[in-house]
Amino acid sequence: MKIFKSQRVQNMHIPSHIILVVWSFIVLFPIYIMIVNSFKTKFSIYDNPFGLPEKWNFKNYQYVFTNSDFMGYFMNSILVVIISLALTLALGAFAAYALANWKGKASNLVFFFIVAGMMLPIRIASIRLIQIVKTLGLLNTIWGLIPIYVAMGFPVSVFIITAFIRSVPGELTESAFIDGAGRLKIFFVIILPLLKPAMATVAIYNLVPFWNDLWFPLLFITDEKSKTLLLGVTRLFGQYQTDWSRVLAVLTLSALPVIILYLLMSSQFIKGLTAGAIKG
Amino acid sequence: MASVTYNHVWKRYGDVEVLKDVQLEINDKEFLVLVGPSGCGKSTALRCLAGLEEITEGEILIGDRVVNDVSPKDRDIAMVFQSYALYPHMTVFDNMAFGLKLRKMPKADIEKRVNEAAASLGLERLLHRKPRELSGGQRQRVALGRAIVRNPQVFLLDEPLSNLDAKLRVQTRSEISKLHQRLQTTFIYVTHDQVEAMTMADRIAVMYKGIVQQLDTPQNLYNSPKNLFVAGFIGSPSMNFFNAKIRTDGDNVFVDHPAFSVQIPDSRKEVYRSMNGKDVVFGIRPENIHNPEFAPPGIVKAAIQAKVDVTELMGNEIFVYCIAGNTQFVARVDPRSNYTVGQTIDLVFDMTNFHIFDLSTDAENPEAVR
Repeated sequence: MKIFKSQRVQNMHIPSHIILVVWSFIVLFPIYIMIVNSFKTKFSIYDNPFGLPEKWNFKNYQYVFTNSDFMGYFMNSILVVIISLALTLALGAFAAYALANWKGKASNLVFFFIVAGMMLPIRIASIRLIQIVKTLGLLNTIWGLIPIYVAMGFPVSVFIITAFIRSVPGELTESAFIDGAGRLKIFFVIILPLLKPAMATVAIYNLVPFWNDLWFPLLFITDEKSKTLLLGVTRLFGQYQTDWSRVLAVLTLSALPVIILYLLMSSQFIKGLTAGAIKG
Repeated sequence: MASVTYNHVWKRYGDVEVLKDVQLEINDKEFLVLVGPSGCGKSTALRCLAGLEEITEGEILIGDRVVNDVSPKDRDIAMVFQSYALYPHMTVFDNMAFGLKLRKMPKADIEKRVNEAAASLGLERLLHRKPRELSGGQRQRVALGRAIVRNPQVFLLDEPLSNLDAKLRVQTRSEISKLHQRLQTTFIYVTHDQVEAMTMADRIAVMYKGIVQQLDTPQNLYNSPKNLFVAGFIGSPSMNFFNAKIRTDGDNVFVDHPAFSVQIPDSRKEVYRSMNGKDVVFGIRPENIHNPEFAPPGIVKAAIQAKVDVTELMGNEIFVYCIAGNTQFVARVDPRSNYTVGQTIDLVFDMTNFHIFDLSTDAENPEAVR
């Protein structure tokens, strides 16, 4: 009887498993194409775009690693993303801590004002942003990108972290308060360690758009030295022909850090997303 | 070691008055329990003392010092919360040492104090564990330990036993009493459970609707409640109330209820003589209603009749829920009594132990006349 029941429960999962398998296939297929074709030569891609390479060719990777321009692009991208993420997390956590503890009507107004930023695509303000970045003298440097990314990530960051801090029982901070900790001390010693899942969520959520952004580097940066990786790749797109194998090698390399970070932080990520639902 | 004084303390949230003119004088080394139903302001009173809430009016003193504007950390208090509020990412040791580290105490002293406190609470083996790896009772002891190591002038406990199961609660109750005797410090303890209040307190402050209804020893509170609320709140099962009228007939004074008329004994009748014709609430505790067969000698008996509604045998006694007129009441009678549901039975009131509340003083919460 028991076996029968568990079989039935498993059977009920079949449709959802089919959907998941199809979905995984749709998601993984382009990645598969990207990876296998990055190991082919320039022309063998056209002969056999979907199969495994007949002969594994590492020249494309060799090209990327030995080309100092590409290593520069890589460094620029890493620098921009790390600084942007750090600022987004720090500012988001501070703002969220203030908002979560500020018990006034204005608190909700400010909160919704910030969160409304999630609904507005920042790219519609591109022209004004160019003017501002130019006035600041940051055009053609990676430093012009950072404040824009921070502004992009800030609303989500405040949204997630505020919800998280609000779920921390008030007695915890009150207890620390009586123990003699000030507001900053409470933030760093009590709240921040509890925020790890929320921080991981915000980091992963923002990592992909920051890393993969082509729009703002394309607008702001023409100088080779300041290009980010994705902008750098466009160099390989020629007017008459494109070296796909090299493009795909660069893209494979650029996807790697994101995938690795995701694998490292995914358990925290899920905790963070569900934290609002179940208090504890 | 310090006394605590609430001097005409008011707390308002907008139009809502949570504390109304609270006056309490809590002696040094006293175990005071603030008790009352939820929403009566008892927790707010405690939080005001801790400095977690500001008071709107009045003064709070710890020792001789007015602490209205003193920050919580400088009030020299320690608080145990209902949820224990242990820091989840710190070990038991770090939880207990946290307050001392913030006060920049030398490391060796911290270790000594934490180890002593842990030993006294039986937590030595758990010092390296995280709160989530502890049982409810152990967490509760860590919360106590965190307060003990601070060696504060005043201990504040906000419903510390509410999250424990019934058996552990009784056990911890006596542990907290012992702790109080050992530490010789002022304890202020908030609870909604009158049994906790009665068993642990030196004195109890009964709160209701933001007002301290009565501040007295458990014994006095039980024997001479000041008003209807206190009378009904203290004691389990609670006191029976009958809406009645006072009637004087010649030299004698009676309490008239639609279902019975009982004579007030000579020793107490003079107090009520002037109340002829007044509406009152007549109160009598379940244990002062007896089966006439087994009534103890030496009491002043007044016979009544009632119909049995439900009986509950507790082993050493029977709770008999009865109806007299339209009033339900409960009697706590000798277990040898044999009653069946629906039966009309004879009972006697012990008229040396009754309470009269004068409805003209306050229709909702009338004051006792004695």
